[in-house]
Amino acid sequence: MELGFIVKNLKLMVRSGSENLTVDVNGGYVGDLLSDVIANSKQGDIWITRQIHQNIVAVATLKDLAGIILVDNNEPARETLEKAIREMVPVMVSELPCFETAGRIYQLIAAREK
Amino acid sequence: MPGKSADKKPSFSDTFSVVGGNFDDAGRVSSRIKGILKKMCLPFEVIRKAAICTFEAEMNIVCYAQRGDITLSVDEDRIVIEVVDQGEGIPDIDLAMQAGYSTSTAKIREMGFGAGMGLMNIDRYADDFDITSEVGKGTKLVMIVNITEGS
Repeated sequence: MELGFIVKNLKLMVRSGSENLTVDVNGGYVGDLLSDVIANSKQGDIWITRQIHQNIVAVATLKDLAGIILVDNNEPARETLEKAIREMVPVMVSELPCFETAGRIYQLIAAREK
Repeated sequence: MPGKSADKKPSFSDTFSVVGGNFDDAGRVSSRIKGILKKMCLPFEVIRKAAICTFEAEMNIVCYAQRGDITLSVDEDRIVIEVVDQGEGIPDIDLAMQAGYSTSTAKIREMGFGAGMGLMNIDRYADDFDITSEVGKGTKLVMIVNITEGS
């Protein structure tokens, strides 16, 4: 499913990487511990987190993640945004808490697979 | 196989330095190394393993040491990533290798590091991993990822 479809459905606010919203998302990973995300996320996953500092962009590029969703209306730090724009990594803000954000995306992907 | 592979001259070798405490730039060397490995068209899984190991080692320098050097060497059989830092060193390596053990500060933890997973991740994803440390001087890691097709 295109990342853009998720953006529309969850009314995510796109803060960077809008040129990469056509990327295909087949799964996701939820986590705030970077070592956990580095070890266990898969290429193309959408990453849901509440970490806003710029190292999240390094993790996303290193693991070729589809993008980063910051939950609970958390905005990326200024350096995060600058880096994400430079690296063309989609960073999006969800007004929903983590659980709901992940749940909705899970449902969208599951419905598509049926 | 005649001769040990350790005696072989790597077809690629380069060293990158990492500054301790500089979270702004953290992950830069890992990204660079991943880019180099990608250009070599190595198998995806090999690059993934090397990238995880390099990132964890780089973050360890940023979190705990004053500075460090990461040397990437690649020959046809394997990737060797050697990390030497100038830092406090680790008094008890067995303890440091335990899942969840960490000496990180609250500031480091707030950023999602220092959960006591780094060395464990390296141990899990490197095909061969050696760690030595001298208190007051620093720590050395040697991480090897074998290049095998279909790995």
